[in-house]
Amino acid sequence: MAQYKRPTTEAEFKKNFKQKKPLMNDTEAYYESSRCLFCYDAPCIQACPTHIDIPLFIKQIHTDNITGASKTIFDSNWLGNACGIVCPTGVLCEGACVYNHQDVPPIQIGRLQNYATHKTIDAGKEIFEAGTPNGKRIAVIGAGPAGIACACEARTLGYSVDLFEAKDKPTGLTVHGIAPYKITNEEVLKEVDYLQNQLGFKIKYNSEIDSKTQLEGLESDYDAVFIGVGLGKTRELKLEGEDKEGVIGAVEFIEELRMKQHKVKVPAKVVVIGGGNTAMDAASEAARMGARKTVLAYRNAKEYMGAYGFEYELAISAGVDSLFNVTPIAIVGNGKAEGVKFAKTELVDGKLQTNMMNTFIVRCDMVIKATGQAKQGHLYELIDGLNIDKKTRIKINDEFQTSNPMYFAGGDAINGGAEVVNAAYDGKMAAQGIHNWLNK
Amino acid sequence: MVKQIKTDMVDLSINFGGIKAPNPFWLASAPPTNSGYQIMKAFEAGWGGAVWKTLGVPVVNVSSRYGSVNYRNTRMMGFNNIELITDRPLADNLREIEEVKKYFPDHAVIASLMVESRAEWEQIIKDVENAGADGIELNFGCPHGMCERGMGSAVGQEPEVLKTIVGWVKEAANIPVITKLTPNISEIIYPGLAAVQGGTDSISLINTIKSIVGIDLDTYAPYPIVDGKGTNGGYCGPAVKPIAMNMLKDLAQHPEISKVPLSGIGGIETWRDVVEFILLGATSVQVCTAVMHYGFGIVREMEAGLRQFMEEKNYTTIYDFAGKALPNVTEWKHLNLKHKVVAEINADKCIGCDLCYIACDDGAHQAIALSDDISNRIPSIIEENCVGCNLCSLVCPVEDCITMVKRDDGTENLTWHERTLNDDIPVTFDDDRAGGKGHFVPTPADALKPKR
Repeated sequence: MAQYKRPTTEAEFKKNFKQKKPLMNDTEAYYESSRCLFCYDAPCIQACPTHIDIPLFIKQIHTDNITGASKTIFDSNWLGNACGIVCPTGVLCEGACVYNHQDVPPIQIGRLQNYATHKTIDAGKEIFEAGTPNGKRIAVIGAGPAGIACACEARTLGYSVDLFEAKDKPTGLTVHGIAPYKITNEEVLKEVDYLQNQLGFKIKYNSEIDSKTQLEGLESDYDAVFIGVGLGKTRELKLEGEDKEGVIGAVEFIEELRMKQHKVKVPAKVVVIGGGNTAMDAASEAARMGARKTVLAYRNAKEYMGAYGFEYELAISAGVDSLFNVTPIAIVGNGKAEGVKFAKTELVDGKLQTNMMNTFIVRCDMVIKATGQAKQGHLYELIDGLNIDKKTRIKINDEFQTSNPMYFAGGDAINGGAEVVNAAYDGKMAAQGIHNWLNK
Repeated sequence: MVKQIKTDMVDLSINFGGIKAPNPFWLASAPPTNSGYQIMKAFEAGWGGAVWKTLGVPVVNVSSRYGSVNYRNTRMMGFNNIELITDRPLADNLREIEEVKKYFPDHAVIASLMVESRAEWEQIIKDVENAGADGIELNFGCPHGMCERGMGSAVGQEPEVLKTIVGWVKEAANIPVITKLTPNISEIIYPGLAAVQGGTDSISLINTIKSIVGIDLDTYAPYPIVDGKGTNGGYCGPAVKPIAMNMLKDLAQHPEISKVPLSGIGGIETWRDVVEFILLGATSVQVCTAVMHYGFGIVREMEAGLRQFMEEKNYTTIYDFAGKALPNVTEWKHLNLKHKVVAEINADKCIGCDLCYIACDDGAHQAIALSDDISNRIPSIIEENCVGCNLCSLVCPVEDCITMVKRDDGTENLTWHERTLNDDIPVTFDDDRAGGKGHFVPTPADALKPKR
């Protein structure tokens, strides 16, 4: 089991957060691309949420048409570079590769995709062109993957696009919320620069849209608005002692880590509460930051965890311990967190029940809550006639249009939190939806 | 228990038209046989003979000499060169021949020669005989550079000239003579027959094929590029093996030519290649590209494989099976028209790439169907449309997943030749006896319909 030394320099941080999908070199790409069978009606294309013509771009890589490969990728997915790295390819394209049925390792599609786009981006090769200006304007709320994809697509259709971003960097969780061993900040930001330089959309940073007045401004200044907001802060657990020092939300923890890297100090003992992919990331990261003991606590049995199996394995391989069928009932400690009091749970007739007679305390110096993020309900309430579902997700039609015709939406705002690739697809489709609506 | 002869009963030694060697693995006249150092290293590694890089007239070589064709992840599937004959001084080569023979008296050292006039031929034959060469190989094949000076393939392409020179050589030589042929002709029989009529002791083939292996897309020059320009090279390597085997077969089946031993050359790299060439009538094989790619050590695999094959088939010498495939290589008109195979897909092995489907639908006879169930990617054979062409089984990436299964009962045999004799051949396109009549083809507009 791995035991990580606390990183105190950038180099040590990089070592502990070694990239899981490192960039391929030319030789590796040449040989790997040669393995693709060029399946008919390829399952990998069907499994990709953006339907990239994967066999085509792999063939293009193999014939050293890297620019062509990048065009094929970006044609379907405006965040093709980031997605090549951060997509859970094992359950998407690579999971569908027919080689799996032969017990042969699937083609490393994600890494090949990143190889092509990274090269093209690095070379600054211009492959896009904004459409002839049509005089119409689109406002995009949130410069996350959905917003950027929407902006790119809309620019190719000739719209002028402004994005309003609450933070000081684009791409949302891609730069703020994904584990540092999955992608570097530099890799993410370079792609956005590359797109922006060619397509010329404007991003207004530190410009959160959170008032009726602002929305009215957008409505009068723009022809359509795309809502591409992500999720909000980590939800409150409403536990006794939750306000103690040392209790932090996973999203906030990961964001701090992404931005401050080795300057973040993680104490010796950490408890991570949750069973989703974010919990796995947070636990892995705490361990890689040198925590001597990291305990992952999930309220149900292992098989009910929302996280992908490979994400759990990754956390375990980083030295994380896990506790199942435990639910936190209080954070204990004198002013600061010193432990989490858990109660055992069990499934009774399909319902999870907490046994308050069976409790225990796990000592720790830090508690990371990875128990879901709040939705941006307060924003949605400000928009006239905007229908949302019971889970506070914006309802859309086939064209990604909301019940308020001027507003379109995609990404986390409509799916409640999914992958970067889903957001990238939604954004692109929404731009086309806007185009269709404005040209009716 | 499968009966197998013992390893020590296999005898690989050969007597190739008077040239003895401990085994049939020879190095072809080429860069690997440029020096005594290389040939001694090769003999040490297990090669039984070597044809010295062609000695002859003084030449000057260019820088940048080789080009290659890579296919998918395979480098040097095809290879070409624009190198000329040896540019080392004749005296050095002769001295080294003598030295190699001292160390390896039982190995075959053959001097490849290429000169112009009769006097030059007589002189150089005397020189190599004095140096102790076991035989001579006449280079009538080089298709680049030397042919522009009237030698190499320029000779191989003129049967009369070839015959004359073989005659001169045979008159002058006291050691066996191999005539090496060029494939850059329309019919190999003519130079082959000329060589035999000129008195050659044996024939080797093929030399390299005139080729351009690629064009640089920035400079528009062919590879290999010499200061912005290139020239046709001689093509060799695994890609040329099928062409070489067909020409070998043509000579081996010829009643007169087949009286002399044949040395097979062209893309030989593995024991399987060696066995195939022997089955088509070769009794020595010559190798170049495989050595240029992997070094002399590649002979280990060839020898081990050949021995294993011979043990399993109970052969003690290569002469026991030399030419065994020749009776089975016939003309098209003698093939049995009653033979019928169809493809069968093993659903347990199928991985659902559907390459067989698209290959058959786009490239062959529309005899494979996709399932109506979109989640089922295992295609099925439409047996009534299947003509048994093999394409699906050739493109299938899984071993033994698609097999061709015999459907006729083996009792009938009728050939085109027999039908012609019986006056039973179709004479018009709508003749009921014509093959494709009634065979299913979709209507043109079906091409535009969705496939699932």
